[in-house]
Amino acid sequence: MIETEALRKTFEVRQGRTVKTVDAVRGVDLHVREGEIFGFLGPNGAGKTTTLRMLATLITPDAGRATIAGADLLREPGEVRRRIGYVAQGGSTWDEVTAREELVLQARMYGHSKADAHARAAAALAAFDLTDYADRKCKTYSGGQRRRVDIALGVIHSPKALFLDEPTTGLDPQSRARMWDEIRRLRSEGMTIFITTHYLDEADALCDRIAIIDHGEIVAEGTPKALKREISGEIVSVTLGSAAELEEAADQLRTATEVLQAEPSVRKLETHDEGIRLFVESGASAIPHIAKALDHAGITIDSIELHRPSLDDVFLAKTGRSLRES
Amino acid sequence: MKLLRDTWLIFQRQTLLLVRQPVWVFVGIFQPVMYLLLFAPLLAPALEGPLGLETRAEVYRVFVPGLLVLIAIFGGLFQGFGLIAELRAGVIERSRVTPVSRLALLLGRSLRDAVVLIVQAVIITLLALPFGLAVGLGDLLLAYLMLALIALMTSSVSYGVALKLPSENALAPLMNTVAQPVFLLSGILLPLALAPAWLQTIAAFNPFSWAVEGTRALFSGNLGDDSVWKGLVIMAVLTALAVLWAARAFTRTVR
Repeated sequence: MIETEALRKTFEVRQGRTVKTVDAVRGVDLHVREGEIFGFLGPNGAGKTTTLRMLATLITPDAGRATIAGADLLREPGEVRRRIGYVAQGGSTWDEVTAREELVLQARMYGHSKADAHARAAAALAAFDLTDYADRKCKTYSGGQRRRVDIALGVIHSPKALFLDEPTTGLDPQSRARMWDEIRRLRSEGMTIFITTHYLDEADALCDRIAIIDHGEIVAEGTPKALKREISGEIVSVTLGSAAELEEAADQLRTATEVLQAEPSVRKLETHDEGIRLFVESGASAIPHIAKALDHAGITIDSIELHRPSLDDVFLAKTGRSLRES
Repeated sequence: MKLLRDTWLIFQRQTLLLVRQPVWVFVGIFQPVMYLLLFAPLLAPALEGPLGLETRAEVYRVFVPGLLVLIAIFGGLFQGFGLIAELRAGVIERSRVTPVSRLALLLGRSLRDAVVLIVQAVIITLLALPFGLAVGLGDLLLAYLMLALIALMTSSVSYGVALKLPSENALAPLMNTVAQPVFLLSGILLPLALAPAWLQTIAAFNPFSWAVEGTRALFSGNLGDDSVWKGLVIMAVLTALAVLWAARAFTRTVR
């Protein structure tokens, strides 16, 4: 549905008198299959939005090729526009008009007749559960309602593929869950959905496949499950018993680190504010050894927890950063 | 056909927005109406002598056209602010992902501005009638055409600049800087006939001084005056260039 090959974009950024070129996207290859929800992840400034805007025909790539819903991005952008929908991150509605007016105008801009546009607007309002507020001005809507109008605008012409830029940013948890349902509903209607997000739980729960972009290049692509499996083994998190003094706590942490590093079942170790994260082959067999070793060293354990690698661990492994920090 | 249809679509939408908040039509003519009511009576006796005008009506035939060109230039140049608000709301980006004609995105807006200007011009013309202004209908319609061209041109320029420089803080001083010399060098408030020779020479290079002179000729019933066709041709050419330039900005807007 969406195939890109070595897509590139360079921007010129002026800093005072010197003009600096920034390679925002340097050779991106993507293969999005028909009818899937494809998640595009990356830290801020990694090239996510630039890639998305190229695919939505808003900016022209400097090099590379792309075919979207069967149309060539560079040779027939008009055809691409007809076949895709795009919903920007910052919203797209005007305060002083109603959702129905916006939807009718959007359908008309896609070339539909007046009667057809009104029918499509009514259908979209019903599908997104907006009929009750359809004739109120957009400025009276809640964040979640307004976001649903944005999505409805993006799909008013029944596109084959839909691009969503951070569709749930700024929404409360309920509206977010609601938005996920809407996106899944669109997939069930046969639409291919390409979303950028920086929420890993969103990528995990919603996306069939994901790609991670960093410094303008794809560093990983696959199903969330397969990517997590690549981080083989399991993770044991240990937090230490609260020490009376700060110094003592630091001492304990240092001792614990030394002890655990010597432990053969521990493959990798990271310390952080609350304790230590250990990467092991199998948590079930490693935990008794870890507990025994710490007990021997006279260190009290507050909690010991076993978990499977999350997408954040994948992200950390692929980009060297945690998405939460970036 | 698609261009006409799309232009009509955008024109309707922009007109709807204005009808929702019609106050802006009147805010736009508040200042010129004040000039007409409070400044023209003061100016009239001062102008009669130097220009050799014999009646009050003749003074208004000089003053009113200048006022109308003034609102056409300033009204047009400040339309970009509305576009910046639309850019910020994401409305423009939403339009640009559709196959809608890029020229229509511009024309629908600037034609709306031209229509608003004509409404404002009619109000001012009507208000000037009690002061003794008299003008032939045919001449008046041609003068309105001149004004519509100016509005189309200046609003297109303003939209183009707003797309390339989407910040109110940059647009306001820029437009004022452009508008001030254009305004002073076009004989809008006082005819350039009163100016020293060097100032007249500079003003001759200001296309708007031709527009002002042509509009004045039309208000005085001198349809055959050279300044009429010259003014119209100059304005038409500049309008075409401004429209093409701004439409390209709608196609190319980056980020």
